[in-house]
Amino acid sequence: MARRAASRLAAGRLDGLGLRHAPGWRMLPLVVAAMAFLAALAMAGAQGAAELGRHWQRGAAATLTVQVPRSGDAPSPPAAEGETRRDRVVALLRGTPGVAVVRPLGDAELSDLLRPWLGSGAEKLSLPLPAVIAVTVATDGPDLPALTARLEAAAPGTMLESHGLWVRRLDLLARSLRLCALAALGLVAAVAASVIVVATRATLASRREVVETLHGLGATDFYVADRFARRASRAAALGGLAGLAAALPVVVVLTALAAPFVSAVPAETALPGLAELLATVPRLPPALLWALPTLPLTAAAIGYLAAQGAVRAWLRHLP
Amino acid sequence: MIRAEGLGLRYGDGDEGEAPEVLQGLTFSVPGGGWRWLLGPSGAGKSSLLRLLHVAARPTRGRLHLMGVDIGAARRHELPAMRRRIGMVFQDFRLLSHLSVFDNVALPLRLAGRAEAPLRADVTEMLRWVGLSKVAAMRPSLLSGGEQQRAAIARAVIVRPLLLLADEPTGNLDDAQAERLMVLLREMNRLGTTVIVATHNTALVERHPGPALELARGRLARDG
Ligand SMILES: Nc1ncnc2c1ncn2[C@@H]1O[C@H](COP(=O)(O)OP(=O)(O)O)[C@@H](O)[C@H]1O
Ligand SMILES: [Mg+2]
Repeated sequence: MARRAASRLAAGRLDGLGLRHAPGWRMLPLVVAAMAFLAALAMAGAQGAAELGRHWQRGAAATLTVQVPRSGDAPSPPAAEGETRRDRVVALLRGTPGVAVVRPLGDAELSDLLRPWLGSGAEKLSLPLPAVIAVTVATDGPDLPALTARLEAAAPGTMLESHGLWVRRLDLLARSLRLCALAALGLVAAVAASVIVVATRATLASRREVVETLHGLGATDFYVADRFARRASRAAALGGLAGLAAALPVVVVLTALAAPFVSAVPAETALPGLAELLATVPRLPPALLWALPTLPLTAAAIGYLAAQGAVRAWLRHLP
Repeated sequence: MIRAEGLGLRYGDGDEGEAPEVLQGLTFSVPGGGWRWLLGPSGAGKSSLLRLLHVAARPTRGRLHLMGVDIGAARRHELPAMRRRIGMVFQDFRLLSHLSVFDNVALPLRLAGRAEAPLRADVTEMLRWVGLSKVAAMRPSLLSGGEQQRAAIARAVIVRPLLLLADEPTGNLDDAQAERLMVLLREMNRLGTTVIVATHNTALVERHPGPALELARGRLARDG
């Protein structure tokens, strides 16, 4: 009996406004769940864009192209001289720390590369084609300006192309994608906050007399707003949790599908089954594993702040 | 306790044009521990004056000093604490329908941040004093008019207010109940609370004579 009275009292204190039965409140978790679902996808998208950008950059930054002109500026050097210039450069590259693989392209390979531009008769043009050397660099690559200077000394006219432009472009693309995903996150948060404000206003309207009575009994604005905000916060947290639960499988599948593009290991030919998918959950990018659980917490915080703000704004009509 | 100088009240936000002043040029004072009937025909402005005294509205003209605070000039965040020192018995009770009688009476103490254990003892004692012990766990809507009235009074006096305001408190009561209510109000007054009772029940005033403020069309017609 006393226990029942105590629990009724506790409920009365927590719910000093009878909000449990307020109509506007019921759809709140549902809407917030949808928002949280979208937010989770946006987070995964941002994470994926970053990962993909890093991978592309790594690939592009890892290769250099070195061109050794056959003749330099000399009018008509013997073919043998070009060979030795190329060999000198190859030797120099192989001896450079930070260079992993040095591979001079053969004539056939070279004309294959040029065919789209020069047509199939490229060999017959008897142009003085430069020797081309493909270089793969290690993770901490060589000092490029120093290398350029040494190459110039070894064989004047040698050109080193570092793909820096492509790296910058890929970087820009990845950044833009991330920015879009972040903008989507911001938008979703704003929509969630607006929905909470609208629901709070509707509830205030239906509880007007109660709110005014509490105000008349000396309740502070914070006290009244806090009653609403706790409810909103709880509903939003619930919605956030549901949205996260709904989004998790989608994120896992998308991550698994994207894996071949971001991992160094070649893609398996078969699509992954359910068991394999579940096994990938702990291998989600760590940043994402940290970010996703913050969704319900963020939703709760947005719910609390939005409701507090809405109630306080409304209470300013009272003296 | 109360000092009004040229006090006036006009409803509306001003942009509704010239709403008439429902209270005009009220100048009077009530000492601490005093008693005042607030008389006047319906529409004279009794409820409006009680709103001002309850800090549920701010004066639109003149000055009102309550418990040493200039209400017109006070900052908004100072007002809740003042309201907690003022008990108000509304004409329509305004009990919260989703709370039990006990929780309704306990509400002002909880708003004042009182600890739960002493609070329970106080509320239980108060409910016994107004004869509502048996219905403490019930919702107010299940109570008779007289019982609701007593619950509203219990809620108003539970914080031992410095100022107790009652708006037509006998409106819903029969004569016997009205007499019991008067005993309650007189007792509060005897214990030091300033009491202001708005009524147009002249028979009641004749049975319990006391100093009165009388309003007529928003102006003070009698003070004494
Ligand atoms: N909230 C309000 N808004 C506008 N006018 C009001 C409001 N409350 C009361 N009035 C007007 O103020 C005048 C005084 O009303 P009231 O203070 O209720 O008088 P009483 O309590 O003596 O009957 C009346 O003309 C009434 O129409
Ligand atoms: Mg009235």
